[in-house]
Amino acid sequence: MTLAAASHGFLTPSGVEIAFLLVGLVTLGAAVVTVTTKQLVHAALWLVVALGGIAVEYLLLTAEFIAWVQVLIYVGSVVVLLLFGLMLTKAPIGRSPDADSGNRWAALLVAVASAAVLVWVVVDAFRASWIDLDGAAQGSTEVSGRSLFQHWVLPFEALSVLLLAALVGAIVLSRRNGEGPQETGRAAAPVSREGQR
Amino acid sequence: MSDTLAIVLRVLAVFVIFLVFPLVIGQTEHKVMAHMQGRLGPMYAGGFHGWAQLVADGVKFAQKEDIVPAGADRRIFQLAPAVALLPYLLVLIAIPVGPGNAVGQALDAGVFFVLAVMGVGVLGSLMAGWASANKFSLLGGLRTAAQLLAYELPMLLAAASVAMAAGTLSLPGILDAFHWWWVPWQIVGGLVFFTAGLAELQRPPFDMPVADSEIIFGAYTEYTGLRFALFLLAEYAGIVVLCALTAVLFLGGWHGPFGADGLGWLWMLLKTVVLAFGVIWLRVSYPRLREDQLQKLAWTCLIPLALAQIALTGVIKVVIS
Repeated sequence: MTLAAASHGFLTPSGVEIAFLLVGLVTLGAAVVTVTTKQLVHAALWLVVALGGIAVEYLLLTAEFIAWVQVLIYVGSVVVLLLFGLMLTKAPIGRSPDADSGNRWAALLVAVASAAVLVWVVVDAFRASWIDLDGAAQGSTEVSGRSLFQHWVLPFEALSVLLLAALVGAIVLSRRNGEGPQETGRAAAPVSREGQR
Repeated sequence: MSDTLAIVLRVLAVFVIFLVFPLVIGQTEHKVMAHMQGRLGPMYAGGFHGWAQLVADGVKFAQKEDIVPAGADRRIFQLAPAVALLPYLLVLIAIPVGPGNAVGQALDAGVFFVLAVMGVGVLGSLMAGWASANKFSLLGGLRTAAQLLAYELPMLLAAASVAMAAGTLSLPGILDAFHWWWVPWQIVGGLVFFTAGLAELQRPPFDMPVADSEIIFGAYTEYTGLRFALFLLAEYAGIVVLCALTAVLFLGGWHGPFGADGLGWLWMLLKTVVLAFGVIWLRVSYPRLREDQLQKLAWTCLIPLALAQIALTGVIKVVIS
């Protein structure tokens, strides 16, 4: 890794850099449409475009493993979960006039502030580093695995404990049926939950 | 120049496989199902045992009027079949059919690529189910989503077990590391993977989301003509992809008892076809699982089995290394 400004100019971009910028623009556009469209399911589908765009950005940075995990987790699971939730709650076809929240200016403020913090942190951290796209892939599965389990083991384990806590919490919340221990059987649980609705 | 030509040829080969194999599987299904049920199946189209039946079906579908319901979300309704079909074409690119570089494109994280892209295909069913503006379609879409959420996890865990055993995520790399005793070692993971894959494809006995006799083909109720044919093609392409993947991950792909040099592709083909026959056989012989049985099978049977397989893989891997 060398100083970016010293060895690489910003005025003569390579093809990959141009593609990176264009995909970034598409991703940004899709993200903006996601939060501004008044059609709920369209918002979820634009989210697919935005998340897919991020996956393409990872690919362009040679982080193949991260890119496929991004598609697998976000497009394959999170968006499907989102759509599942929308369908369960009667997602209407066409515009929802009440899709705008009264909090949207506060939300915009928070979004801009967190985006500013993230951009600042990333720019400050990686200002001088440069990824050599022509050499060996720096984001291959092996490299990612090594750095994850050598340098970042502690955050990784902390995250897994956090996720475990979230799982346990979800289970506790969803089997709240107070009729006694007999009612917690698997056959009885869906019926009693239906009754609570 | 020759590099470009080689890439074009590879993509063309993958495309031809993508067009031919699903049709062959479909025709086999017609005939195998018929004979298992004491019928003959298609006998007239094309002359010899009705071999051209699916071609004729395709012509029929192409001639039908393409109807979009008035209340439907037009663009998403029309886009859904493509979203359902294209991922399987992309997955075929990464599946190795023989030793060396007999693969459309060798990927560093091939296992994750195929599973991620196969998951995207289900989005097509969800889009179709929602955009049709039909309550049966919506029910089908809901069931599809619930099924995908339940079965994605055991599929991933089973595939992760093989990746652990091989020490690589690349599909050709996994085959290079394969030994015959992997088959008994990974057999539980293989069964979990195949079952979860069937559920993800919504094939019987996991066809609750399409259940033609109760919710009228679920997400595809409103589709006619070519777009409906594309959904059917996606189902058969999914069978090809699932069987080929199971063969690569758990049955050694192009490895065989003999003829390793020239006949690798034949072993791969044989394993894929036998598995596809199994898929058809299951359709004929098992009744449809109810929704709660589906969920129970995934969460209380397949996931523990997959986790046990991972533990076994880890222990044996540590012992032999």
